[in-house]
Amino acid sequence: MRRFLSGDEAFAEGVRLAAPEVISAYPITPQTVVVEKLSEMVEDGSLDAEYIHVESEHSALSCAIGASAAGVRTFTATSSQGLLYMAEGLVYASGGRFPIVMMNADRSTALPWNIYGDQRDSLALLDTGWIQAYAENAQEALDMALMAYRIAEDSRVSTPFMVNLDGFILTHTYETVDIPDEEQARAFLPPYETENRFDFDSPKNIGFSAGPETNYIFKYKEHAAFERAVGVIEESERSFAGIFGRKYSGLIDTYLTDDADYIIVTLGTIAGLCRDVADKLRSQGIKAGVIRLRYVRPFPGKEIAAAVGSAKAIAVLEKDISFGNAGTVYTNVAAALQWAGVTAPVYNFIGGLGGKDISSDDVRRIYDDTAKGTDRVTFIGIEGDAQ
Amino acid sequence: MRADQLDKNEYFYGHKACAGCGGSLAVRAALKVLGERSIAVLPAGCMSAVGFNFPQLCFGNNAIISMFAGTASMLTGVEAGMRRRGYKDFHAVGLAGDGGTADIGIQALSGAIDRGDDILYICYDNEAYMNTGIQKSGLTPYGARTTTTPAGRNIRGNIRPKKNMFEIVAAHDIPYAATATVGYINDFIDKVEKASKIRGTKFIHVIAPCPTGWGIPVSDTIEVAREMADCGLWYLAEYENGKFTLDRDPGEFKSAEAHLRRQGRFKHLTDEDIDLIIKSRDEKWEKIRREWK
Ligand SMILES: Cc1ncc(C[n+]2csc(CCOP(=O)(O)OP(=O)(O)O)c2C)c(N)n1
Ligand code: SF4
Ligand SMILES: [Mg+2]
Repeated sequence: MRRFLSGDEAFAEGVRLAAPEVISAYPITPQTVVVEKLSEMVEDGSLDAEYIHVESEHSALSCAIGASAAGVRTFTATSSQGLLYMAEGLVYASGGRFPIVMMNADRSTALPWNIYGDQRDSLALLDTGWIQAYAENAQEALDMALMAYRIAEDSRVSTPFMVNLDGFILTHTYETVDIPDEEQARAFLPPYETENRFDFDSPKNIGFSAGPETNYIFKYKEHAAFERAVGVIEESERSFAGIFGRKYSGLIDTYLTDDADYIIVTLGTIAGLCRDVADKLRSQGIKAGVIRLRYVRPFPGKEIAAAVGSAKAIAVLEKDISFGNAGTVYTNVAAALQWAGVTAPVYNFIGGLGGKDISSDDVRRIYDDTAKGTDRVTFIGIEGDAQ
Repeated sequence: MRADQLDKNEYFYGHKACAGCGGSLAVRAALKVLGERSIAVLPAGCMSAVGFNFPQLCFGNNAIISMFAGTASMLTGVEAGMRRRGYKDFHAVGLAGDGGTADIGIQALSGAIDRGDDILYICYDNEAYMNTGIQKSGLTPYGARTTTTPAGRNIRGNIRPKKNMFEIVAAHDIPYAATATVGYINDFIDKVEKASKIRGTKFIHVIAPCPTGWGIPVSDTIEVAREMADCGLWYLAEYENGKFTLDRDPGEFKSAEAHLRRQGRFKHLTDEDIDLIIKSRDEKWEKIRREWK
């Protein structure tokens, strides 16, 4: 069935198809549409779930962890301040190996207050042990909702999964979306089975303390699960393509990178504009390419290095800054390229903070500066006086 | 139910709580009442710290540590999840300290009561943050010395009264709330049993002395707890169907001064401090006796 939906609405449809049994969420712009839609689905019976009106994001995640420990599929959603408020729960959920799925509407963080999209909220929490995926359009958002559950709940992974949608640009923009039917969804996503849950026949103590003698083993296991997740993501996408007929390309999505001299590495919705500009540059004889990171954890270091090949220079464009250093995506990409022996220079372009528009002229300038060589970190739009 | 009629199985066993720990007694007794079909949620605090040290896990029933602020919210999720799995006859029980309840966890507790979630929340009150080394909590009583309310020349311990948690909870129109003490363990056991049969949110606030933090001999836990109720510095009451009831009127109070003076944490109090404590006790009881009959 094809419908005209916003990113948030499409994601809610994906959640409906995944049929979580417990949903606990707290409203925050621009995530609200998702929780409103899910409430309506619970009300009209199209989704048979417990919708729990928690009193905060901390409780939203705490409740989801409790339900997951009880052994049922759970969902929560948040954004920005809410995600930061959940931070304690993020490491708790991953350390406990609870495969909770969350949608995060990527939004700027206060101060100054700002409700528009950038990626500082989720990228600041990259080290919390959650799989992090970034959707580019509403269809991918819906599809990622389903894939998130399958990947997170796979016993080789058992890791929570955060799907990020650019605030407003994706959450509130309407597109035509294909909604799979429930039977297909059931074929793709088996019921959640786990041993990591309470059991009256064989009682469990879960979520415990572990001292220095054993703690590192638990942490290593979390890390190893991310390495296995790479294969599980591939497997899930293959199965997805078989059932739904839509193909995805794993951790990254490449555009004209095979022979590219200059490549922008980016994530989220801005990739579309980058591809557009790359096309125009190609028509002028400049070999431009684009890599879009679909996943930031597990980090596609090898995949990026392979796609970069022998490009002459690389730009990382992101809506994030780790103050006092560079963008977080940049430091990840630069480290991966260095490890792979890529010697081409890598430049960082910070844009879109607080929802600031990134124009095609901006992207063209990124390609120009990358070709000419520039500062290691450039804030788009900051020149002269502003400094 | 009497203590000697309790389930012979142990559900909190092999933990490393200090000798004479009142909290561990409350947890042990409550779980014996609730039995094997209970799921215990314990936030950060002494009882989780002494009971969940991998690989020495001390709960005979299902149990989990919650985030410090998340006892009630995790209980909500556990209850909903188990119900979705088709279970009907089980108890989701929280066992949280005074700090985990009256301070950092009060928001989640309020939310759960507001939703009417079918959970039993037991606050074992040792009147300070014991696990982190005896710091003041919202339930630390007036005058008590803690490591963050030192008794010095300028300030003599905690200058704020104990937060009125029982009535705060009751103000939510909760189906059942009660106060108790490990000093009167049969009363506590009865209240746990009663709560376990009521649907909706239940709250029991049980005084559980901590010899380490209170500065009392490990053999005196029960005596001190009992004395606290007998001298009027604690009260045994219930809130049900919108009404408060006083379960036990000690009549003439035992000496509050003697009760305070035997505890290291009150050693520094002057006669005037003790008079103040007695005055506020009398005001409280005047209200209790008038309104909670
Ligand atoms: C969010 C958070 N803040 C602080 C702590 C540190 N902490 C652990 S236990 C504890 C005190 C617990 O006091 P209480 O709830 O009264 O239980 P008790 O230890 O006295 O049994 C504190 C402050 C923590 N674990 N989590
Ligand atoms: S410090 Fe107090 S509350 Fe903690 S285990 Fe020891 S006696 Fe019990
Ligand atoms: Mg305490």
